[in-house]
Amino acid sequence: MSEHAFLSTRKGLFELTSNGSAWEWGAAHFLGEPVSITLPDARDGTLYAALNLGHFGVKLHRKDAGSDSWTEIAAPAYPLKPEQSADPVEWKNKLIWSLEAGGADQPGVLWAGTLPGGLFKSSDRGDSWQLVRSLWDVPQRSQWFGGGYDVPGIHSICVDPRDSKHVLVAVSCGGVWRTEDGGASWSISATGMRADYMPPELNENEAVQDPHRMVRSAGNPDLLWCQHHNGIWRSDDNGRRWQEVRAVPLSHFGFAVAVHPRDGNTAWFAPAEADQRRIPLDAALAVTRTTDAGKSFAVLRAGLPQQHCYDLVYRHALEVAPDGRTLLMASTTGSVWLSGNAGDTWETVSTSMPPVYAVRFA
Amino acid sequence: MARLIFTQQLARFTPVPQVETDASRLRAGLDSAFEANPALRGYVLDDQGHLRENVVVFIDGRRSLDRVRLDDPLKPDSTVYVLQALSGG
Repeated sequence: MSEHAFLSTRKGLFELTSNGSAWEWGAAHFLGEPVSITLPDARDGTLYAALNLGHFGVKLHRKDAGSDSWTEIAAPAYPLKPEQSADPVEWKNKLIWSLEAGGADQPGVLWAGTLPGGLFKSSDRGDSWQLVRSLWDVPQRSQWFGGGYDVPGIHSICVDPRDSKHVLVAVSCGGVWRTEDGGASWSISATGMRADYMPPELNENEAVQDPHRMVRSAGNPDLLWCQHHNGIWRSDDNGRRWQEVRAVPLSHFGFAVAVHPRDGNTAWFAPAEADQRRIPLDAALAVTRTTDAGKSFAVLRAGLPQQHCYDLVYRHALEVAPDGRTLLMASTTGSVWLSGNAGDTWETVSTSMPPVYAVRFA
Repeated sequence: MARLIFTQQLARFTPVPQVETDASRLRAGLDSAFEANPALRGYVLDDQGHLRENVVVFIDGRRSLDRVRLDDPLKPDSTVYVLQALSGG
């Protein structure tokens, strides 16, 4: 059973700890500072926290296993933009939006996805970072655009547990990209997705898709799920082709998806009414769960607010623990809920936290 | 010698030296502060070496408007304040 969970919020990083039967608030870190994402690295117990200081930029901190103190380490930084570059994008790290560990056979390897669309790799636990130029330089990047932010960004990084050189990343808005050589080369991997927000002739252009969140089942690595701007998609061939899941209750729109760590046919979603109205349908919060690869869904409401609820669950704010039953969900208006039975019932942990960007178990 | 004074808001994150410099331009003056504490550079300047958009510099009571070249002249008796802009709050 997981003993720790971490909430990255607008005003700090907060820990929840479990004593085996109940979860309680633990330590708070970086109180008052925006923490965009946190990575508990299961390989060595290190905790990484990415900050986005309002005045002083993107920072990255590391806390070693067993240590009580944080060390500021290098933040991913873009190289100097060539003077002759025609790229309209500023080569400046605006946000660390995703942070993932490399494979179990790659100690020290980290991946960081950023705004405005750069993927960074570290081989030394974040002491240094390199922009993955092979992805930054793909010609299709000129078609990418911002989704929710003014510039594109990488929010999902899925390392294949069978082969650490195989990595999928998802870009809002720039589709899904695949490397099979550790990042030396990349190809677009969004076949089957559809962008209704584009002119009809561009609906199926893979490089303009807006996957809001993409997750991989560790136990079934070929099975991936994607909550997309225009619906829910899944892949059963490691992201090579994507199939739309059409039997979706409540709404096709949302940001978050969590997949069962061993059963890739089980996934959870937190739908919002629509793009133009990002609140729970009828102001009543629900989580949807499929256990049959999207053929059917259960709508789970027990314990969740059913009146005057305007909470939005952002893309990194719904997670399932390694036990496959414990779920943590939080909202941009500071509510936090836990479930110990795969979402059948929920308990409210707080309704007064800062806006929550991301939750994670360790 | 021009004097550089950094907001104590920065001291929450990294040591902020008070620097006296014979630099005749702002960027060179800032560089002398970054020599004293290299970590300070990333708090004041962005990836491209431009002044961060929510940091503001005053030289002898006048706000520096150029964020890219940072070539405002410094006089031997100049006082430079590096502050956080309220826009970033």
